[in-house]
Amino acid sequence: MHIVVCVKQVPDTKIIKINPKTNTLDRRSAPAILNPYDAHAVQEAVKLKQALGQGKISVLSMGPPQATEVIKKSIEIGADEGYLISDRAFAGADTLATSYALSKALEKIAAKHPIDIVICGKHAIDGDTGQVGPGIARRMDIPPITNVIEVTKFDKENRIILVKRKLTNGYEELEVQLPCLLTVEKEINQIAYSPLPNMIRAARYKPNIWSVGDLEAVDKAQLGLKGSPTVVGKMFTPPKLDGGKLLEGAVDEQVKQLIEVLSERKELLNVK
Amino acid sequence: MDFQDYQGVWVFIEEKDGAVASVSLELLGAGRKLADKRGVELAGVIIGEHIKHLSKTIFEYGADIAYVYDDPIFKNYRTESYMKALLDCSAKHKPEIILYGATSTGKDLASAVATDLPTGLTADTTELDVEEATGLLLASRPAFGGNIMATILCKKYRPQMATVRAKVMKALPPEPGREGRIVEESILLREEDIRTKVLEIVKETTKKVRIDEADIIVAGGKGLGSAEGFQLVHQLAETLGGAVGASRDVVEAGWIEHAHQIGQTGVTVTPKIYIALGISGAIQHIVGMKNSGLIIAINNDPEAPIFESCHYGIVGDAFEIVPMLIEQLSEVMSREGVSHV
Ligand SMILES: Cc1cc2nc3c(=O)[nH]c(=O)nc-3n(C[C@H](O)[C@H](O)[C@H](O)COP(=O)(O)OP(=O)(O)OC[C@H]3O[C@@H](n4cnc5c(N)ncnc54)[C@H](O)[C@@H]3O)c2cc1C
Ligand SMILES: Cc1cc2nc3c(=O)[nH]c(=O)nc-3n(C[C@H](O)[C@H](O)[C@H](O)COP(=O)(O)OP(=O)(O)OC[C@H]3O[C@@H](n4cnc5c(N)ncnc54)[C@H](O)[C@@H]3O)c2cc1C
Repeated sequence: MHIVVCVKQVPDTKIIKINPKTNTLDRRSAPAILNPYDAHAVQEAVKLKQALGQGKISVLSMGPPQATEVIKKSIEIGADEGYLISDRAFAGADTLATSYALSKALEKIAAKHPIDIVICGKHAIDGDTGQVGPGIARRMDIPPITNVIEVTKFDKENRIILVKRKLTNGYEELEVQLPCLLTVEKEINQIAYSPLPNMIRAARYKPNIWSVGDLEAVDKAQLGLKGSPTVVGKMFTPPKLDGGKLLEGAVDEQVKQLIEVLSERKELLNVK
Repeated sequence: MDFQDYQGVWVFIEEKDGAVASVSLELLGAGRKLADKRGVELAGVIIGEHIKHLSKTIFEYGADIAYVYDDPIFKNYRTESYMKALLDCSAKHKPEIILYGATSTGKDLASAVATDLPTGLTADTTELDVEEATGLLLASRPAFGGNIMATILCKKYRPQMATVRAKVMKALPPEPGREGRIVEESILLREEDIRTKVLEIVKETTKKVRIDEADIIVAGGKGLGSAEGFQLVHQLAETLGGAVGASRDVVEAGWIEHAHQIGQTGVTVTPKIYIALGISGAIQHIVGMKNSGLIIAINNDPEAPIFESCHYGIVGDAFEIVPMLIEQLSEVMSREGVSHV
């Protein structure tokens, strides 16, 4: 059983702060981390491998050379092998070009060890589109199952898995043929503490790094900025709401004014 | 690619409990504006089993055409079957623009369709417009990296596609009896060729937090300092009979569950009254609540961006103001006899 997890390096949006005066983000203060959803994706691969008693977990990332850090982090969680595709040609990719590049790398990985399951995060916390996973699945022509909250059964003989997929007001249970692609929600598992041997292995681990030239049959016109149908047009500050008004006076005076404002809508209030 | 061949604005119609989902009605409202600006027709694509009757609703809400794929194979949403229907429809009728709700179904379907077409797909759009002369879709979404929006364009491919957040567009008032054209379509799909089966759909009946349905929301941010401090939000919400909302930072700190998160990666809400306590007002938060009826913000930093997005603001310490508010509110309301409980 070969599971490949796609992992992205993202700025830690919990720590970086937006300067409210200039409306810009202080990127120097932004440490790079493994996309939190992808950590759960790796953890799920580890869980499946343990349940099956066998298997191999590879992780794949596209990004700058520093992205080797998220591969090491994945090894810590329990991945066996890591691949980074890194090249100027990939820069500026939208989701269509990103899924193309990643699927080409997956093709090369699969040539050596056929892939049974690809796991992605539900979305990356920076780009936040959630479009890359389904895109990869279509390019590999395998079924994409998004928003997975549980893998309930793994039927090795019949090459079928059962999964629960989150819906707006509940979930659905699906039977899916392998190979397939899953995108996972955070509630699918809890990240376990990494065992010491994994930490040691991760510290020494050197991922396979590929440039465009290392991939087979790549159409360069589909990569990076050139291969991206979407472009960012203008950036603008959203218009302010009308009627914005700061209340004035002493605090109790302001509270009184606010109560008057609320009292105008008192049919809504259900005050105890 | 000859852009002249691509005409019309489409909305992928989602069904919910036998009726058209509200997000699809909102998109018909938004789509109608785009279609009128371009002088073209607005169509809805309806895929499912026994769903032809939904055409009537979409005509009343502004559509001119309903493309209908009615077949038992479409009983439940599955990426592979729905995608094939939509690709078929798009190849036959060549729309200029296709809009989807940014729901789990809409996002899943749009991502797959975009890859096969191929074309660009703008995610989680919160503002839509079109260039009258060229038909270029202007789909805007909050940009990572500041309180700014970015307009995403797809200049060289057709159709242009976007997923759109629920509750940010407005449905038109329905026009009873308004008619349109039904175009029945079909494709040959065999069950054996579809690699997924839906075994069961489980609706969560337990009354979980549905902040998207509340009339009053009190939301709290990181400014409340701690999980204990956040109790202030619960207290005011209880006083007002409202629901509790939160910023993402609060959810990540573990003070409350994700179901309460408001914003781009949480829920979009449109209550009649929205009160923000200790929330700075980052764009990702604002897009999730800016259509609320009355927005009140309490924050101790006069420069906080939330004050640019509220109707009434109080600069001050929430821990000083809110207890006073609760006390006086209860007093006033009981005096005026509004107390229900
Ligand atoms: C302001 C702004 C707006 C944007 N809007 C759009 C838009 O509307 N449409 C569009 O097509 N692009 C858009 N992009 C570009 C998009 O962010 C990039 O294409 C990005 O490389 C992938 O998208 P994502 O981060 O949304 O990934 P998601 O699709 O959210 O990621 C889902 C999963 O895919 C996998 N994955 C994603 N990227 C990688 C990677 N580099 N390496 C390994 N695995 C990965 C991970 O498992 C991840 O959890 C936008 C970029 C910016 C800056
Ligand atoms: C891709 C992406 C998606 C995101 N999605 C969301 C989302 O869906 N929802 C969301 O909310 N955020 C989202 N964010 C995060 C967003 O950018 C902000 O970081 C977040 O909203 C800030 O939360 P906050 O206002 O609670 O905290 P802060 O920004 O830390 O603000 C705290 C505020 O409290 C005030 N304060 C402090 N003490 C007091 C006091 N005693 N009384 C009154 N006021 C006080 C401070 O002046 C400050 O303005 C997203 C970010 C990214 C990059």
